[in-house]
Amino acid sequence: MRYSGFKVLWEGLTGNRGWQPVWREPEPKSSYDIIIVGGGGHGLSTAYYLAREFGLTNIAVLEKGWLGSGNVGRNTTIIRSNYMLPGNEPFYELSMKLWEDLEQDFNYNAMVSQRGIINLYHSDPQRDAFARRGNAMIMAGADAVLLDRAGLEKQCPFLDFDNARFPIKGGLWQPRGGTVRHDAVAWGYARGADIRGVDIIQNCEVTGFLIEDGVCSGVETTRGTIEAKKTAVCVAGSSGRVMAKAGMRLPIESHVLQAFVSEGLKPVIPGVITFGAGHFYVSQSDKGGLVFGGDIDGYNTYAQRGNLPVVEDVCEGGMAIMPMIGRARLLRAWGGVMDMSMDGSPFIDRTHIAGLYFNGGWCYGGFKATPASGFCYAHLLAKDEPHPTATEYRLDRFISGGMIDEKGVGAQPNLH
Amino acid sequence: MIINHPLLGPRDASEFTYLGDASLIDRPDWQAEDAQQQFHDYLYLRDNPAGEHRELWFHEQGDRSWLVVTRNTLTHEITGVELARDVAMQRGRGR
Amino acid sequence: MSQSNRTQGGHIDRSKTLRFTFNGSRLEGHPGDTLASALIANGVRLVGRSFKYHRPRGIFSAGSEEPNALVELRRDAHREPNTRATVTELFDGLAANSQNHRGPLRYDLLAVNDYLSPFLTAGFYYKTFMWPKAFWEKLYEPIIRASAGLGRLSMQEDPDAYDKGFLHCDLLIIGAGPAGLSAALTAARSGARVILADEDFRLGGRLNAETLEISGDSGADWAQATVAELSSMDNVRLMPRTTVYGAYDHGIYGAIERKTDHLADGGGKPRQVLWRIYSRRAILCAGATERSIAFGNNDRPGIMLAGSVRAYANRWAALPGRRVAVFTNNDDGWRTASDLAAQGAEIAAIVDTRERASLAAPAGAAVSMGTSVVDTKGRHGLKGVALSNGSTVECDCLAVSGGWSPNVHLTCHQRGRPVWRDDIAGFAPGPDLPDGMRVAGAANGSLTLAAALREGHEQASAAAGELGFSTVAKTPPAAEDEAVEASAFFHVKNDGPRAWIDLQNDVTAKDVKLAHQEGFRSVEHLKRYTTLGMATDQGKTANLLGLSVMAECTGRTIPETGTTIFRPPYTPVPIGAFAGRARGKEFRPTRLTTSHKWAEERGAVFVEAGQWLRAQWFPQSGETRWRESVDREAAAVRGSVGICDVTTLGKIDIQGRDAAEFLNKVYANGFAKLAVGKVRYGLMLREDGIVMDDGTTARLGENHFVMTTTTANAVSVFRHMEFCRQCLWPGLDVHLISATEQWAQFAVAGPRSRDLLRKAVDPEFDISSEAFPFMGCGEVSVFGGTPARLFRISFSGELAYEIAVPARYGDAMIRALMEVGEEFGVVPYGTEALSVLRIEKGHPVAAELCGQTTARDLGLGRMVSKKKDCIGNTLSERSNLNREDGLSLVGFAPVMRNDQLSAGAHFVSRGKPASTENDEGWMTSVAYSPELGHSIGLGFIAGGHERMGEIIQAADPLRGRTIEVRIVSPHFVDPEGERQRA
Repeated sequence: MRYSGFKVLWEGLTGNRGWQPVWREPEPKSSYDIIIVGGGGHGLSTAYYLAREFGLTNIAVLEKGWLGSGNVGRNTTIIRSNYMLPGNEPFYELSMKLWEDLEQDFNYNAMVSQRGIINLYHSDPQRDAFARRGNAMIMAGADAVLLDRAGLEKQCPFLDFDNARFPIKGGLWQPRGGTVRHDAVAWGYARGADIRGVDIIQNCEVTGFLIEDGVCSGVETTRGTIEAKKTAVCVAGSSGRVMAKAGMRLPIESHVLQAFVSEGLKPVIPGVITFGAGHFYVSQSDKGGLVFGGDIDGYNTYAQRGNLPVVEDVCEGGMAIMPMIGRARLLRAWGGVMDMSMDGSPFIDRTHIAGLYFNGGWCYGGFKATPASGFCYAHLLAKDEPHPTATEYRLDRFISGGMIDEKGVGAQPNLH
Repeated sequence: MIINHPLLGPRDASEFTYLGDASLIDRPDWQAEDAQQQFHDYLYLRDNPAGEHRELWFHEQGDRSWLVVTRNTLTHEITGVELARDVAMQRGRGR
Repeated sequence: MSQSNRTQGGHIDRSKTLRFTFNGSRLEGHPGDTLASALIANGVRLVGRSFKYHRPRGIFSAGSEEPNALVELRRDAHREPNTRATVTELFDGLAANSQNHRGPLRYDLLAVNDYLSPFLTAGFYYKTFMWPKAFWEKLYEPIIRASAGLGRLSMQEDPDAYDKGFLHCDLLIIGAGPAGLSAALTAARSGARVILADEDFRLGGRLNAETLEISGDSGADWAQATVAELSSMDNVRLMPRTTVYGAYDHGIYGAIERKTDHLADGGGKPRQVLWRIYSRRAILCAGATERSIAFGNNDRPGIMLAGSVRAYANRWAALPGRRVAVFTNNDDGWRTASDLAAQGAEIAAIVDTRERASLAAPAGAAVSMGTSVVDTKGRHGLKGVALSNGSTVECDCLAVSGGWSPNVHLTCHQRGRPVWRDDIAGFAPGPDLPDGMRVAGAANGSLTLAAALREGHEQASAAAGELGFSTVAKTPPAAEDEAVEASAFFHVKNDGPRAWIDLQNDVTAKDVKLAHQEGFRSVEHLKRYTTLGMATDQGKTANLLGLSVMAECTGRTIPETGTTIFRPPYTPVPIGAFAGRARGKEFRPTRLTTSHKWAEERGAVFVEAGQWLRAQWFPQSGETRWRESVDREAAAVRGSVGICDVTTLGKIDIQGRDAAEFLNKVYANGFAKLAVGKVRYGLMLREDGIVMDDGTTARLGENHFVMTTTTANAVSVFRHMEFCRQCLWPGLDVHLISATEQWAQFAVAGPRSRDLLRKAVDPEFDISSEAFPFMGCGEVSVFGGTPARLFRISFSGELAYEIAVPARYGDAMIRALMEVGEEFGVVPYGTEALSVLRIEKGHPVAAELCGQTTARDLGLGRMVSKKKDCIGNTLSERSNLNREDGLSLVGFAPVMRNDQLSAGAHFVSRGKPASTENDEGWMTSVAYSPELGHSIGLGFIAGGHERMGEIIQAADPLRGRTIEVRIVSPHFVDPEGERQRA
């Protein structure tokens, strides 16, 4: 079924009786060409691009809960390609370009909204570091604008320019950055994959891998054994515990990142603003809620909840730069489990076990990568060679010293 | 969270700075044949368990002790707190 | 007429009259009123508009679960959007306005959305607005954003202050209704330290809203007597107006206390206090929330929760209607009929979905059993209802009771799942409660008064007993076990008019069915697709109705369908309260050096260095551009002598028999053989072989070293060294003390620096070049006996020293140094000149030590010892970190002498376009060199050392300029280093 304004009108006039389920609820078959473990954003987009780009449709996506229940369902919806290092920036710019064509591509309005993202700077050295980044972005085909204070004031007159503890001197602006309605991304990819024949199997938890002589031939699940030529794991915050079932230790720790939304408000801020001298970033949803967050709690956890010190730290950051939000109320706080890697950058790679693939280590930035992650993972699965923008995302990069460390904080996941 | 410091009693976790898995105490021998591989595994690979986890916390806003805290990563329940120095000595670390 | 709907009795103070305005109308109420009760007393029915369809909305509840009656409270910078009228205490001069409408509230232009509702079903926006592509951001989205949202922020800085505090107790009791008061009494009498918190301003909970009796007294009187007893006890802290909003790990609870919200003028006191409560045990006595029933047009003003109608009549003597009908599926609804009748309202009908109930109806009330309300009329206020038996009832208020849902929220904050109970047709707390929490009374699904009193007592006894307090074996006060039989009826099945489930977000039963039809059947999908339960009330009165409709569609039970997870906060908390005092200049501490006051007197311009403020330059009269000052300061250092405060560098005192060995392990270069009285440059790596920090370490004695770190890394280096000491080499005899704040330290640099210092250092200390050579150090005294440490080190490349005195002498020291330096033309210099001088010498700072560079990249590869065990040397040998074409730190000079270099430019070979493939490195630091008379830079470029003299492009497309630069040595001035040894 094709969605359109006319369809909405027609259905509205005829009692909305014609809408079909957005996805099927199939029983798992006994074998597939490819099994994708994890029905979050990355898993679903992988399935979608395998079908759409490579014509592979004998595929199952196995999800232990409801589809989209991972971090695609609990993030702060930001998209951007403002990375610095050559191992990263082309990949995230590919993702941005996929976002820009996504809705027409999968015929689902995920509300890709490029209202811009601004990273504030407060000192000359920070400005210089942003200049290095902005130039790297432009050189990779992305867009970047270095705003001085006057330019920033024009866009964000509500910032506390006069009384901020760390004076607001300008910002690095990516006009093409923005937000996307996160759940709709999962639903759009699921719908697109399902239409093309992919089996999305919810409430199906992988309990083990079928590994013999270094070859993986499928998975054990709560709904029986399923064989596959290739098994592609894509489980973000659960990477550690899932890959442990294949006997693997990873350069990843699981941490919780909290996020927050305020009560609905009439438009307050235009795009995304990030405040790195504190720990705070914010956007406003189309419904009117301020969606904001900050630092991870900082300790290993698999619990999707955090603690008070970080809640306070984040709100302090918000009040530090925009003290007009003091009377807005925090409505809801939640936590997502992040697959924090050792250099802050992800992995899209084969494992040492034949037929077993791994995608993870997205830290707190996986959402924006959803299209490119799926695209590049699909490329790897279909062609058995990495996509040109994802060649650095190897699991063994630390053995050779090929870290992709944007923040330069080393092998300590909670600092990335 | 509250960490029951072996010397100072219960303290709020926000007084501490977190490092990570207590296996970081077990620094490999630099003269081993495969020292680079050992250091790689030591520095980069983690068990990352869902359950009991022994981990290093530094009492930065306190007495500057490093502690080994045994904490459940699913429930956050803390079942043990030791001075990291004692743990390191028990594990054979010295000079 | 003023207060036309006010009756007799109630807990309000009629001796005082409070004036307030709603949408500009002048109205009156009394102390004890909420804004909602006062509006009801004044006969105001239409108070707002719904989110999507802009349907007229009236007051729905009497508590914090209110979905409809949201107002913008107060004026100007004090304006507070989305404030629930139902929990807003009335004060004299209160001004409130309705929100989310275009034009007057009664004639909202956006009410047109209601006529478009067939097209605006759940998730319609996912299916359209896609063509043409460019229209989303330009047209569709701006329209959606402008019409969405609820209230307006003032866009001015929040004028109020917020405080934070910490409380400790044996027992935290959350909720001061019958269960909470009973629990508090039992616990307090045992001697335990008790905190009793309640969101209401009047403690007693439902006792204030009911006509039930305890031990022969009215429940409200018993509550007041109990509160009086508790408030007389030293071990009890009563916290009215305090919402415990979240349950966190290890018995920590978050609470927000409203201090001045009920006052016309807070008098400068903090508006609210955010408490962190550390409890050993907690008892949740949060009561229950009544829910509605979904039926046709059930959203009109005048349709309210039955218990709330009763509360307005009993507690506030305010009648929501003159002619009231009751629609219920349980016994409790009937009490609304009898209580309202007692207050003088006419009871038009009691409509009960059940076949039978053995309850007495007030005289004159028509009772219809096995009957439902199917439709209502009255656009801006209820006029009548239609029943399933075909009859109609004229009424201006419909009191609806769909049963009571225990307030299990805090039991779920640590991912506990509630369990379904058929007897109350609702979810009750599950077995996996937060550690230390117990639940009593209605929150536990025990819905009668007697049960609440009993459970409060029992749970408090048990909790106190666990903590070693002995409770007096006293039975709880006697009360009736009132009739509370409930039935599982949530939704009047009907193909007729829309039946609302979520009143604020306009989610109807049809939306839930559509979600099912489209496959959004998991409860989380339902919520996300329809926005059910995502409004400011978080679905407190709505979620269960939505679940029941979904359960109906799927043929499953409600518990099989699921429940959504409740997350903190219980009710919304102002962002300002979470931030507390940490805002504006107080956002983070400001650290000042001991010369700060002196520098201020000299008119210095300051700059942030982390939390420190440092003098950036010292303008002199006549200097109009910063470069003039900086050039002058740098030239003075190269020409005579300058002084710079370098106190902010981290200082670590290292002592012990194994101190040298310890340093040998944490530094990449050798320290074991450093002689006493000598300083050495030290390079510190992370274990991954990347440079962590650098600095100098001086050996003051056999077992005593002093290390300096960079300003930025002072804390992390100290932490790392303690890790090495305690966790890696616990057998070494070495101790560390962070001494950054203990010493004021000044760089005295320039060819005349020794001459200057001879006037400062007491004459018994020989500081001639022979006695005190380059990289020498020692303990001296200055200005007649003041202890000091002198280090002959140079960051500027000139003959230079750093001299440290105990911090208490810092201010005197800078003044004295300037005085004795006058004859040499001494100038103070700031961080900008410092930066110019170090760039001229090619010394790396934070821009070069960015956590991505190796010793090899910095040209210091040979410093990394391969002959000892030290942090980082093993992994620094990895292949990728030792590539021939790896980065090198080199200098850059413009080909066109007048070109300005820019930090952040990327290097690209001549003739190649600026793209990622051609990216060869980047410029880290630039400065104008007064010595050379042109711009100079440092930067990393692939294979730089082999490319001296090569001309390449410094591409800066971000700022629209690309210039040609020549690769040169990073040592621009005195490359042989002769000056510093002079």
